[in-house]
Amino acid sequence: MLTVKGLCTEYLGERGQAIRAAHDVAFEVPQGKLFTLLGPSGCGKTTTLRSIAGLERPQRGEIAVGNGVVYSAERRIFVPPNQRGLGMVFQSYAIWPHMTVYENAAFPLRVGRRKLSRPQIEERVMRVLGTVDLADMAQREATKLSGGQQQRLALARALVMEPRVLLLDEPLSNLDAKLRERMRFELKRLQRELGITTVYVTHDQSEALALSHAIAVMNRGRIEQIGTPREIYERPLNQFVADFVGTTNFLDATVSGADGADGFYRVRCELGELKAHAHEALRPADKVVLSVRPEDIFLSESRPEGDNVWQGRVDQKVFLGESADWQVAIGERRLQSRVHPSLRTRVGEPIYVRIDPEKCVALKP
Amino acid sequence: MQAAGEAAPVFAPAAPKFDAKWLIIAACVALTLYLGVVPLAFLLWQSFFTPQSAAKAAQFTFGNYLEAYGSADTWLLFGNSLRFATGAAAVSFCIGTLLAWMNERTNTPFKGLFFAMSVIPLIIPGILFTVAWILLGSPKIGIINLVLQRVFETDAVFINVYSLGGMIWVDGLHYSPVAFLLMTAAFRAMDPSLEESAIMSGAGILQVARRVTLPLVWPAIFATLLILFVRAIESFEVPALLGLPVGLQVFTSAIYQAVHRYPSQIGLAAAYAVTLLAITSVGVYLQSRFSTDGSRYATMTGKGFRPRTIDLGRWRYLTTAIFLAYFLFIVLLPFLVLLWSSLQKFYSVPSMEALHRLTLDPYRTIIDYPNLLRAVWNSLLLAVASATIIMLVTAVICWIVVKTRMPGRWLLDNFASLPMVFPGIVLGLAIMILYLTLPVGVYGTIWIMLIAYVTRFMPYGLRYNTTSMLQIHKELEESAAMSGATWTTTFWRVIIPLLKPGLVAGWIYIVIVSIRELSSSILLYSPGTEVVSIVIWELWENGQYVELSALGVMLILALFVLVLAAQWVGRRFGIREL
Repeated sequence: MLTVKGLCTEYLGERGQAIRAAHDVAFEVPQGKLFTLLGPSGCGKTTTLRSIAGLERPQRGEIAVGNGVVYSAERRIFVPPNQRGLGMVFQSYAIWPHMTVYENAAFPLRVGRRKLSRPQIEERVMRVLGTVDLADMAQREATKLSGGQQQRLALARALVMEPRVLLLDEPLSNLDAKLRERMRFELKRLQRELGITTVYVTHDQSEALALSHAIAVMNRGRIEQIGTPREIYERPLNQFVADFVGTTNFLDATVSGADGADGFYRVRCELGELKAHAHEALRPADKVVLSVRPEDIFLSESRPEGDNVWQGRVDQKVFLGESADWQVAIGERRLQSRVHPSLRTRVGEPIYVRIDPEKCVALKP
Repeated sequence: MQAAGEAAPVFAPAAPKFDAKWLIIAACVALTLYLGVVPLAFLLWQSFFTPQSAAKAAQFTFGNYLEAYGSADTWLLFGNSLRFATGAAAVSFCIGTLLAWMNERTNTPFKGLFFAMSVIPLIIPGILFTVAWILLGSPKIGIINLVLQRVFETDAVFINVYSLGGMIWVDGLHYSPVAFLLMTAAFRAMDPSLEESAIMSGAGILQVARRVTLPLVWPAIFATLLILFVRAIESFEVPALLGLPVGLQVFTSAIYQAVHRYPSQIGLAAAYAVTLLAITSVGVYLQSRFSTDGSRYATMTGKGFRPRTIDLGRWRYLTTAIFLAYFLFIVLLPFLVLLWSSLQKFYSVPSMEALHRLTLDPYRTIIDYPNLLRAVWNSLLLAVASATIIMLVTAVICWIVVKTRMPGRWLLDNFASLPMVFPGIVLGLAIMILYLTLPVGVYGTIWIMLIAYVTRFMPYGLRYNTTSMLQIHKELEESAAMSGATWTTTFWRVIIPLLKPGLVAGWIYIVIVSIRELSSSILLYSPGTEVVSIVIWELWENGQYVELSALGVMLILALFVLVLAAQWVGRRFGIREL
């Protein structure tokens, strides 16, 4: 439904130097899917989204919505944003304070190219306001809405013209934590029900993992990895992705040799020899970085069976309620582990550490 | 949005398609450039040429400058102008700062009421204020002199407004509210914790004032002084009415006289005007430099502070007395003297005998005055038309400057602000020269006045619109584009409604200053295009003081009602003070 190819954008900075905001960004979003651009601030995700919207003009590349090309540097095509037929929810929601809820939502139908009759507009506006649960507030002034209601109104306004693609620019970042969690479910339900193709921009990895069909992790203007949430989390392609998505422990290591087929290798690190898994072929003496998620480090007071087992010492404990974060020292090295709160070993006491070889991911640095 | 989007691409791969947007933008930019730049160019041109006439084409000459600078009179003129402007600025500043300090930092009673009344003096047009002070302080008929002479039983003249001192007093007093408002802002913007931390470090009151307070408010003081100086040197009414009768000339009145001499010496006037323009340009430039520099002093944080007020104890009766005396001098006495004189058949000093002769005749005469209705109509037409044009055009200009990254937009901003350095009379002269030379048929019509008003007050419109425009988040207009709206629709249905507070406030302000306008109109009016302030001027020249007073009283009351309406509208739409 949406295709982005070879997108490059540069700005002139304050002192006239060129700043690269997006470099060779390419991805495809199938009909009805929710695609997330995830990355730290300044990684180019918003620039990419605004380029799709037509609010910014890239230097190179091509953007197509459905079968129509809306931007192509080569063919000198640039369709202005008001003719692209895309819906967008802005980070600030951009609710017009001089209009009522109804007027805000009806604006796209009143200014658009297709002329609709008054009852048609009313019918569609009320339907979309009903979808986001704002129907009984239609005549209220938009400024009187709470943060969550404004967010839903912005969504209604973006949906009312039945856009081919919905663009969401950090729509949940201005809400408080509780509301954010609720709106996350709400948003997911709406997107799945309406089956609307969506591009979602966020810097919050848990949001991205919770909502998306596919995620592109971006860093410094480039896409580092595209994959399903599970792929991104469990099989990161490089250190940046592993670090940015979720929490992880990194260990420098050197490959000793393959350990059977299926991508298992024996590697040597400061903890000693261990068995790790890699998605790409490694050769002996290759330098790698091992990434192990805290929840994949299993702690127990009795020695467990299997590979990759060490004895360590409990160094620090942080109680989080539904779980606990422990720092475990193995020699000089500290590893972070997520444990069930029922584990009650005292600080300073010995503990056994086991890492599942499949969850010990070897990455090229 | 295309190229005008948030960020300018290093190179644009495709040329933007044609759009009604570009037509509107081009028209507004062209109008701004034309109004801001062309008169200045013609003024400079004229100052180097002999007057053009049917018989003789204009010739290049340095004669105007030689004549202007060759005579010792010019240096006298220069000295007078500087002394007058410096004096008036100093008077305004001292009065304004004292009042601002009393109002912001002391517990003087009724100070809230005082702040509300502080804008009233600005309502009174300069020419009426000056006339009122002539009636109060002239050596022969001035009421203050007569009363004091009666009390002390002497013939001595106590005060004489027909002097440099008198000019400085009247002009400085009239514009002291400007100083008051600027210094109030400066006092309010200062974080009191900066002073408090100095006190906690062990500094005494005087040390705090010298080492912390003064260095912090110094940029504001300097900027205020410059604004007051530039405004005083541009002042026309006071020098014309008080200086000319006793041969005291400053640049503005000299320009007026050079034009009104027979044959009129426009080249000489232009040479004076260029000099005056140079002085005001330096002033405005320094002031803008200082306000940007000032921002590095972190006293302006936009937070509302609750400044520490000093308990004056018994001294607060003195400060209340100062407030009352100030109000007496600046509003009550001038208005009462006009009111008194408007109720007399012939001007006479207040006495029991004159009290019996009270009459409404001047009001009847003035209402039947042949040109009055037309003048009122012209004034209203010009005020409403110029305010509307300015606010709409500067809204577009402002949008370009604030919201886009178009190359050269800073230049546009400067051109639109250029008329700020034009003293009213210089602008009148420049526009007169322009349309005497260009045969487009606006000279002698009301259009030339409209052009002058729009040019002169454009910077105000820009300032009001900029303040509002900066508060509009760019996503509000981007979301309209994403909703499918064209630029024109977005501008009309999103930007303009969101600008409304600034638009309405600026519109009302321009209406008020347009109605008071005299110094540009005086060179541009012709029979049939008089405005109210010109009628007042004519009445003064004819010696019809009582009719003038009647018109003045009605004008002041009308402007007062307008300001009240403005404040009501302001509260209604949430506009800050005018």
